[in-house]
Amino acid sequence: MPVLEVRKMSHNFGGLRAVNGYHLEIDAGQIRGLIGPNGAGKTTIFNLISGVYAPAEGEVSLNGRKVNGLPPHRIAAMGISRTFQNLLLWRHMTVVEHVKMAHYSRIRYGLAGAFFGTRKRHREEAEIEEKALGLLEMMGIRHLAGQVVLNLPYGAQRRVEMARALATEPRVLLLDEPTAGMNPEELVRIMEIIRRAHDELGLAILLIEHRLKVVMELCERIQTLNFGEVIAEGTPEEIRNDPKVIDAYLGKESLI
Amino acid sequence: MAPPTTFRTFRAGWSRVPLIGWLFGALLAVTLERLVGGPLAAAVGLPKIPALFGLDIMLKKPLLIPNAFLYVLLVYGLPMGFATRASIAPANRLAAGLLRLPITVTTFVYIVFLYVIFHVWAEVNDYRALVLKLTLIAIMFTLSLNVINGYMGEFSCSHPGFMALGAYCASVFSLGLFVDTRFFGTALLPPALGPFVFPVALLLGGLLAAAGALIVAVPSFRTRGDYLAIISLAFLFIVKSLIENLEYVRGPRGLSGQPDWANLPTVFLWTVACIWSINNFVTSTIGKALNAVRDNEMAANAMTVDTRRTKMVAFLFAAFWAGIAGGLFAHVLRYVNPGTFGIQSLAEVLAMVYFGGLNSVYGSIVGAVSISLLGEALRPLEIFKWIIIPLLLILVMIYRPTGLIAFKDVDVTALFRPRTGPDEEV
Repeated sequence: MPVLEVRKMSHNFGGLRAVNGYHLEIDAGQIRGLIGPNGAGKTTIFNLISGVYAPAEGEVSLNGRKVNGLPPHRIAAMGISRTFQNLLLWRHMTVVEHVKMAHYSRIRYGLAGAFFGTRKRHREEAEIEEKALGLLEMMGIRHLAGQVVLNLPYGAQRRVEMARALATEPRVLLLDEPTAGMNPEELVRIMEIIRRAHDELGLAILLIEHRLKVVMELCERIQTLNFGEVIAEGTPEEIRNDPKVIDAYLGKESLI
Repeated sequence: MAPPTTFRTFRAGWSRVPLIGWLFGALLAVTLERLVGGPLAAAVGLPKIPALFGLDIMLKKPLLIPNAFLYVLLVYGLPMGFATRASIAPANRLAAGLLRLPITVTTFVYIVFLYVIFHVWAEVNDYRALVLKLTLIAIMFTLSLNVINGYMGEFSCSHPGFMALGAYCASVFSLGLFVDTRFFGTALLPPALGPFVFPVALLLGGLLAAAGALIVAVPSFRTRGDYLAIISLAFLFIVKSLIENLEYVRGPRGLSGQPDWANLPTVFLWTVACIWSINNFVTSTIGKALNAVRDNEMAANAMTVDTRRTKMVAFLFAAFWAGIAGGLFAHVLRYVNPGTFGIQSLAEVLAMVYFGGLNSVYGSIVGAVSISLLGEALRPLEIFKWIIIPLLLILVMIYRPTGLIAFKDVDVTALFRPRTGPDEEV
């Protein structure tokens, strides 16, 4: 059974059919790519899967359990985590606080612990902190743990977001343009991190990416989206040679 | 060349004084004042000991300002300056020793120490004791509002309403059960039991305030934006006019004759409890979720944070402490009327929050203390006080938009640690 299954998912914004009959099945340990020109509906698909919008039609299920219609925090707690195209960090919080926050739904000390600072709370906060620092270590940003994110360079901010997304201990990871705005050096590091997340944690990863080189290198299968519909699906090799993809990206016959 | 360097080394000397050193200095100063304050005041030409460091007579008798200044220098400035400076080494050793104890014990020692200072200081006259109690209550009130307006980043106007609910609930409880009054009948319980039941009265007040907060929270946290500000403002007016029209609590005449239970140690303990629990809350991951929701709700949700639960909890919690503050307020003044909890009280507490600093426990303390003292200093100006305080607030908003000390929670270990200079690194 696939970890994440999306069936016939559609959504409208007013009169615009933003996503039409989208299908997806990912197994654990697979990396899927999602490409397409601007406005094709890629980010909308992420927002629909993660519950920011409830899909108008269709079904999203995680390990066979239906998740569409649930609020986003519940879906996140069930195991679908994501990053954002335009870095949504909390500007007054430190790096380690970002990663700790991802444990919110698993906190057991409750309100009594929050108000009265019980021993249980201190123990649990210490555990969370240790885990968070471990994750930052893996991301290579442990030395920034106490810094407020606002002051960090862009590449480091991207890694904070990735660490935060992994800290929810997801089964499915949705990455929305993780390499946007990065220099070649940072690009190599982020690709390495994605690979490690895949190899070591066995996550199912869905990747939106504009740099075809990255997608082609990381993904086993790629879907191409245009005007809310999947126009092509296949291995990187098939996608590279599909005339419809070339059309959508470069315009008709421009290459020939 | 020389003066700035000397000045810097002069100041640097005090940067090595740990908190315990300052507390010792303060204790010395207040003890000195208690022993020789009267004669000393007479010697510098003051009619009596200046109650609030001379702030209170500043506008009444401006000619006495130099005398008051001299008095403050002699009683507080010089003794504290010398004592702290002379005791740097032992004070640092003591601070280091205290930190080796369990942190609860250390904190307890510091709190007792602080209380002793307050106690000796407030014993000099009743006015001081009253101002101190009201300032402590203002700290609770400000800090609890900061949870909503600062940490959560929403704008709530209903805080005086919550305070009124707490004040009236606690007053009805204590007047009804422990005092013979014309409106509530004879006392049902022996007055000797009173002080032990007082916490119950306060807690009931706090819970009623939290229940009131629920009424505001349910409709306003469905969406983001200005709804809370509008609904909470409406709530404030509803509470005020409700009390004004309730003959059961004597409408606009107010309730008076509350038993004298809110003495300095009681108010002090509740304030400590308030600061402690709010600081606990805002430094926990559950409390930090407020910041996450404020800074970016979508990201917070993606990180499993339940927006509605987070906001509800914080809002009710803040209202609870406003209710406790209200109960104490009613028993400190031993009189309460609905007029106290109007728009002016709202303006005052908002000034305290924004002046002191958003998202900050220290800021709330600084804001509450400075605006309270300023209020006392400007009391002779009566209504013009309400021109000066807002003006000051505007200046703060221009030059420090987040307030004096924003984004700072209390970290007790950092607060209590010994201060060592660069040359004596441990």
